[in-house]
Amino acid sequence: MSTAGQNYLSASTGVRSWLLTTDHKRIGILYAIAVATFFLLGGIFALLVRTELAAPGETIMGQDAYNQAFTLHGVVMVFLVIIPAIPGILGNFVLPIQIGAKDVAFPRLNLFSWYIFMLGALMALSGWLVIGQVDTGWTFYTPYSAEGTSSVLWLTSAVFIAGFASIFTGLNFIVTVHKMRAPGMAWNRLPLFVWAIYATAIVQVLATPVIGITMVLLFLERLLQIGIFDPALGGDPVLFQHFFWFYSHPAVYIMILPAMGIISDLMGTFSRQQVSGYTFIALSSVAIAFLGFLVWGHHMFVAGQSALSSIIFSMLTFLIGIPTGIKVFNWVATMYKGSVSLKTPMLYALMFLFLFTIGGLTGIMVGVLAVDVHLHDTYFIVAHFHYVMMGGALIGLIGGLHYWWPKITGRMYSETAGRIAAVLVFVGFNLTFFTQFVMGSRGMPRRYHDYAGLLDQYPEFAAYNLASSVGSFVLAAGLFMILAYAVHSLVRGKKAPANPWGAVTLEWTHTGPIPDPHNFEKVPLVTRGPYDFHLADDVLGAAASASSESQDNT
Amino acid sequence: MAETSTTLKHYFVSSAQQFDAAKMGMWLFLVTEVLLFSGMFVAYAVYRVWYPEVFELSSELLDWRLGALNTLVLLASSFTVALSVHFIQRNEKEKVVVLLLLTLLCALAFMVVKYFEYTGKWSHGIFPGAGFAPHGDYAAYYTPYAPQFFSIYFVMTGIHGIHVLVGMGVIAWIVTRAIRGHFSAAYYTPIELTGLYWHLVDIIWIFLFPLLYLI
Ligand code: HEM
Ligand SMILES: [Cu+2]
Repeated sequence: MSTAGQNYLSASTGVRSWLLTTDHKRIGILYAIAVATFFLLGGIFALLVRTELAAPGETIMGQDAYNQAFTLHGVVMVFLVIIPAIPGILGNFVLPIQIGAKDVAFPRLNLFSWYIFMLGALMALSGWLVIGQVDTGWTFYTPYSAEGTSSVLWLTSAVFIAGFASIFTGLNFIVTVHKMRAPGMAWNRLPLFVWAIYATAIVQVLATPVIGITMVLLFLERLLQIGIFDPALGGDPVLFQHFFWFYSHPAVYIMILPAMGIISDLMGTFSRQQVSGYTFIALSSVAIAFLGFLVWGHHMFVAGQSALSSIIFSMLTFLIGIPTGIKVFNWVATMYKGSVSLKTPMLYALMFLFLFTIGGLTGIMVGVLAVDVHLHDTYFIVAHFHYVMMGGALIGLIGGLHYWWPKITGRMYSETAGRIAAVLVFVGFNLTFFTQFVMGSRGMPRRYHDYAGLLDQYPEFAAYNLASSVGSFVLAAGLFMILAYAVHSLVRGKKAPANPWGAVTLEWTHTGPIPDPHNFEKVPLVTRGPYDFHLADDVLGAAASASSESQDNT
Repeated sequence: MAETSTTLKHYFVSSAQQFDAAKMGMWLFLVTEVLLFSGMFVAYAVYRVWYPEVFELSSELLDWRLGALNTLVLLASSFTVALSVHFIQRNEKEKVVVLLLLTLLCALAFMVVKYFEYTGKWSHGIFPGAGFAPHGDYAAYYTPYAPQFFSIYFVMTGIHGIHVLVGMGVIAWIVTRAIRGHFSAAYYTPIELTGLYWHLVDIIWIFLFPLLYLI
């Protein structure tokens, strides 16, 4: 089977061995490369948007270019980055090893998903290059999207296709978790990352078909004028919003739940003790997945939905705060009296805790009907969702990538550089988006290409916008610094030990590189929970466990 | 279930595990299909509630006899496909091939009927969307929101029809495999999964028929 010293990277080489691989680890890498490229692209669009807004009046582009830039930024970041990122990269790489499986349940379907994802992605991007630009915003609201440029057709097909990648990934993970667990890997021994990916997968499977059919109907609306969504033909544009948000609200949990899973693992490992409230964290993921299907109407408080529905949706929205709060409090409790080590991944976990809490609490604020009437379509909303999507989902991803980097690449990165970059990201992020909370609450509307006309009444908008733009460049500097030391680590990083963080979940129990092709020399027999540091002498060695507080025997 | 080394994939521990996984995967896939169609059922429900008279009037144009015929055809095909699973479990391989071919035949009959229904509508100017322009005897049916009814009719039956076509392709493929003797009581996962898919296609039609043709 496996030859000693071989790992998944060296087992076979050449482009073919990558493009035809069915190894979940390699597919994770394929996702990583693709998503990183799209992230760079989406980031460039974001910087263009922020540069235009840095000063009043036209700075670098006119209104049409501006509308296209923010649309592409949104579409790329949502559909090509945040949704596929964590399940695609870390879910693929880590989840099967964490449950002691040889691979996912359907490895070929797994590779196929990647190809569908790439097809969707390339269609989305080529539509922009070849066919003409879309300027509807990532939400594609009708009637505008039913009338505007023809590339809407192209882009909706792209989203439809990329959606199937998400469905198949989710389907694969659900079956994998149900059927592929190693002996002894009971449900209550699953790492919380697995629980989170599992809950995410349920949402992917249940919600994504709805965006699929929505895109088909929008496509047909454009092609044949079927009159379902376009008011000029007797259709109902609010119905489109219902369809869209019935997917897209659950989709925000497709984005955040995996990050929450990463944070749970990081909190346990870097506090070196049991994650507090394991069962509560695990089941709150499932509760969030479920509740997430009941609140979509909070995006339509001022869109002409009936007052009664708005009130009901508003109240249901508050309920989401309960499972979310359960997680946040348990993460804090996990650190309490633990031996917390502030390595780079943990810095990101703490950053997540801080930023996500702000994002979540402002979510509850805009879930309050009367408050949202004022804040809807202002920069306050933009700030809210960036705190959760970037401050939550992406920061979680970055933390997770640092954490599993030694496992994935076999190399260490510079801890000092990692910490400096983390500070840059934190400062840049808050400078960019906290200012948006302030200006949004003072009435700065979102999606405006210019605010010169508002300055008579609100002179402060100039300073806030400038600060936000400066912040975005600081943030970009931090992200580029991460890229730089990641490349450096790949080329000349120190060889990583098998378990640099002293973690005790299964993927860290190897003494050397992951054996190829089956992840384990022999099928592991699981006898303890994922965060039972005191029972993990097999991984940590007796010496390590003696220094850990919660040891009971050696 | 016996371990057959040719069909057991290396990342599974046992054939039973592999079979369970495949079956669960198929069930989940069917769930996504149901949700895909549910979007269209919601569109149907919304417009029906808003314009019930239009929907009642327009549905007169759909021939319930053809719809009923197709319902019977699909029910028969579900029965034959279920029997094929039954017989492969008893290793009666010839019967399986015959039953699968019968299923294919029913599916073909369904599509032929659908073809005549569609072309009949088109010849009277009944198209989905902006092309909707019934003429001759049908001119009286040109009411506001009648286009919505027919858009929904064509979209739902069209997407259902695509599913029938896909199913025919898959069944044709497993027939060739069955003829080459790939399946036995020890390994018949593809037949089982295709059967599940085919039942779903059938069930969706069972809902489409009354909603579009009868009420
Ligand atoms: C604590 C839970 C959360 C609550 C109560 C909440 C609530 C809300 C509400 C009421 C809105 C609509 C505001 C408006 O348009 O006027 C909104 C917008 C939004 N939220 Fe959240 N949210 C929560 C968490 C999240 C998470 C975790 C994400 C993503 C990871 C997210 C992403 C978004 C996005 C993208 C929008 C704006 C979409 C748009 O109009 O372009 N939210 N949120
Ligand atoms: Cu929402």
